[in-house]
Amino acid sequence: MVRGLTYLLLFQLCGEIISRSLGLPIPGNVMGMGLLLFGLIVGWVDVKWIEEAAELLLSNMTLFFVPAGVGVMVYSDLIAAEWLPITVATVVSTFVVMAVTGVLAQKLETRGGDDVG
Amino acid sequence: MWAELVQTPLFGIGLTLVVYLLAQTLYRRVNSVWANPVLVAIVAIILLLKGTGVEYRDYARGGDMILFLLGPSVVALALPLYQRREEIWKRKRLILIGIFAGSLASIISACGLAWILGGSREVILSLAPKSVTTPIAISIVDKIGGIAPLTAALVVLTGCLGAVCGPEFCRRIGVTSPVSMGLAIGTSAHGIGTARMLEVNRLAGAAAGLAIGLNGLMTTFLLPILMALSGF
Repeated sequence: MVRGLTYLLLFQLCGEIISRSLGLPIPGNVMGMGLLLFGLIVGWVDVKWIEEAAELLLSNMTLFFVPAGVGVMVYSDLIAAEWLPITVATVVSTFVVMAVTGVLAQKLETRGGDDVG
Repeated sequence: MWAELVQTPLFGIGLTLVVYLLAQTLYRRVNSVWANPVLVAIVAIILLLKGTGVEYRDYARGGDMILFLLGPSVVALALPLYQRREEIWKRKRLILIGIFAGSLASIISACGLAWILGGSREVILSLAPKSVTTPIAISIVDKIGGIAPLTAALVVLTGCLGAVCGPEFCRRIGVTSPVSMGLAIGTSAHGIGTARMLEVNRLAGAAAGLAIGLNGLMTTFLLPILMALSGF
């Protein structure tokens, strides 16, 4: 458990270091995800080392977003000032994206049959 | 005594956990998508803080510690991706095409609608990366000249909306395969949508996790190009 968490944090740190030193627009945690995936595939990291900690975090991931959402309250004035374009654009666009990506992927997947991609 | 206690991390952590657990119980009881625990917990905590006059920064002392765990959780998304790597790799072409189309659709629909409805330039630019995961969205907006805190708020709103309505919406429009649904919700509702997908289906969660990273990358490169093309 402690070992798994340490690995995850170390990969995040490596991601931060790479991302910052190269000035990449990708945040350290996303870079860390890529590095860990690479490490698992080439066999530098044994999946058993991180499994328990990763499962624990993933199964509670929704909880970690709650404080981020509460942060919205600080900008309530800003949102209130231009609420119409903000709400309409946010709501409609959220569904547009789901429809575009979902329908396209589903069509390609169905057409691909067994030999997808 | 209370004033002092409120300023310790115990307050923010305790409040978040208690409200979240209550919200989960409520979700199980009422069985409605609108009772989404994240959404209910966020609204309840905001109302509680506003009602009692507790400052956001006092809450954030504990809240930020919970938020910190989001970092290693994103790294942990490598696990479902690794476990489902063969199913993902087989579908690499449709994954790339689907996310690219979604990324383009997100920028055009969000900015276009805000522009038609008379949004200011700052608001329009702040809306552009709203489907991108928070850290990437913030760095994009800093570069193009939007309001970073507003983008952070919009990203969370988008995520909640996608997590709440996404699965049902996808089913209604015929998007039923785990990979396609995961891609749709991950591209649109980033991490919050992915967390929801992980509860529904493992493969869908892996696809959604992949969409977070790829959509962030594509938006980063697409946005400056679209701005140059439209002359905005």
